Amino acid sequence: MIKVENLTKKFGNFTAVDNVSFFVNKGEIFAFLGPNGAGKTTTIRMLTTLLKPTSGQVLINGSDPVRKKNDVRRSFGIVFQDPSLDDELTAQENMEFHGVLYNVPKDIRKKRIEELLKFVELWDRKSDFVKNFSGGMKRRLEVARGLVHHPKILFLDEPTLGLDPQTRSHIWSYIKNLNKEEGMTVFFTTHYIEEADKVTQKIAIIDHGKIIIQGTPEELKQQTKTTSLEEAFLTFTGKNIREEDVNPAERMRIRRRIFRH
Amino acid sequence: MQIIYILWLRQIKRYFRSKARIVGSLGQPLLLLLALGFGFGPIYQKAGGGDYIQFLAPGIISMGILFTAVFSGIEIIWDKQFGFLKETLVAPVSRLKIMFGRTLGGGTVAVIQGIIIFIISLIIGFRPMSLRLLLLSFIFMALIALFFTALGTAIASVLKDMQGFQLIMNFLLMPLFFLSGALFPLQGLPKAITAVARINPLSYGVDGLRGTLVNGAHFGLLTDFLVLSIITIIILAIGSFLFSKIEI
Repeated sequence: MIKVENLTKKFGNFTAVDNVSFFVNKGEIFAFLGPNGAGKTTTIRMLTTLLKPTSGQVLINGSDPVRKKNDVRRSFGIVFQDPSLDDELTAQENMEFHGVLYNVPKDIRKKRIEELLKFVELWDRKSDFVKNFSGGMKRRLEVARGLVHHPKILFLDEPTLGLDPQTRSHIWSYIKNLNKEEGMTVFFTTHYIEEADKVTQKIAIIDHGKIIIQGTPEELKQQTKTTSLEEAFLTFTGKNIREEDVNPAERMRIRRRIFRH
Repeated sequence: MQIIYILWLRQIKRYFRSKARIVGSLGQPLLLLLALGFGFGPIYQKAGGGDYIQFLAPGIISMGILFTAVFSGIEIIWDKQFGFLKETLVAPVSRLKIMFGRTLGGGTVAVIQGIIIFIISLIIGFRPMSLRLLLLSFIFMALIALFFTALGTAIASVLKDMQGFQLIMNFLLMPLFFLSGALFPLQGLPKAITAVARINPLSYGVDGLRGTLVNGAHFGLLTDFLVLSIITIIILAIGSFLFSKIEI
């Protein structure tokens, strides 16, 4: 479903993604695990046609995101790291807007939107403005919106960042369900190790733009002879990746470097 | 077509839902219409110009359209900052369609704003000279609206955030408005001001609107129409190009 070979992205002298290769099979849940500024979002932006790679090969559902932009765009749904809903529209209007943009026929659209809003338990709030939603509700709505056009792949960039534990487990149960029932391929980035451990079939650990190691959670634990993925992670990267440990100034600097280009 | 429609619809919905914005953006034109209209009225009359409100109203209507249109275009910066632009740019839709849908939406909103100011000016005593020409004036309103929405889009495509906003306000919109013949006749002015008024797109909009509403076009209606149409096409092309270059 996703095939990446020697993918590199440079912003001036700074190499955000450095010669990364991996593949994701159909129906798999794949996690990109790494600290802030490791190159996770940059990779997602390249996979989802928003950014042109400096070099390397990407195939999404058999198409190249640079040359076959629209084929690739039709094949995936995405939940961005930052909210991307229109606050001035209602939940249903946001869904409708998405459905029209992706050219979903009207009768299918209507059914699908109802089905998805019920699925993420927002059907009774469908006529409320998004600006009145909580962070968790917005994220659920974004997951639902990303699915209106029946994508084959779902990209999630830090889908549970800043959410409370209940909401997080809520969102993961939806995603696991989708994966099981619709056979959807899921690619997500996170820096929560527990999440990667619990829901994925395959993990790639990325730091400073490079994939340090990839495999199943079990394989990673075995290789380091540790019992938890957290310990395994520490062995590979030699440091902790909790958000609190990256100081805010550093984080801003990395963000700015990436977004300025 | 459906895609352009849904983008257009979004702009319209957003406009009618922010009542504060509608009322707020009417404040300035209303103030100018009342203060200048009645303040300079007697002098204008004495100088032999006739009823100043008749002269001023088309200018203020143009101003309302100018501001609303540029802001509608600039709204893209908000969409960039609040993330909604990503949703549209990652969809399998050409950038050209997105640009057109947005520009039509912003333009429609600006024309509605113009019509509201037109109605207000009717209330305070403005009288258009003929109903048939009134219909023509809508064409000029639409052209002003489209031109400046596309200009706003072009500017917003280049700007990173709202920091440059004050700059645009003071060094672009205000001069455009004051040096357009919206407030005073363009006859017998110092050469420098005449020259600036001649290259100011809004001058042709104001003139066309004045010509169709109360007669007395300075450049002539046909010139106004042709100039506005041509520069609108040019700015649409530039705006589309810049918009297609946005990276997020």
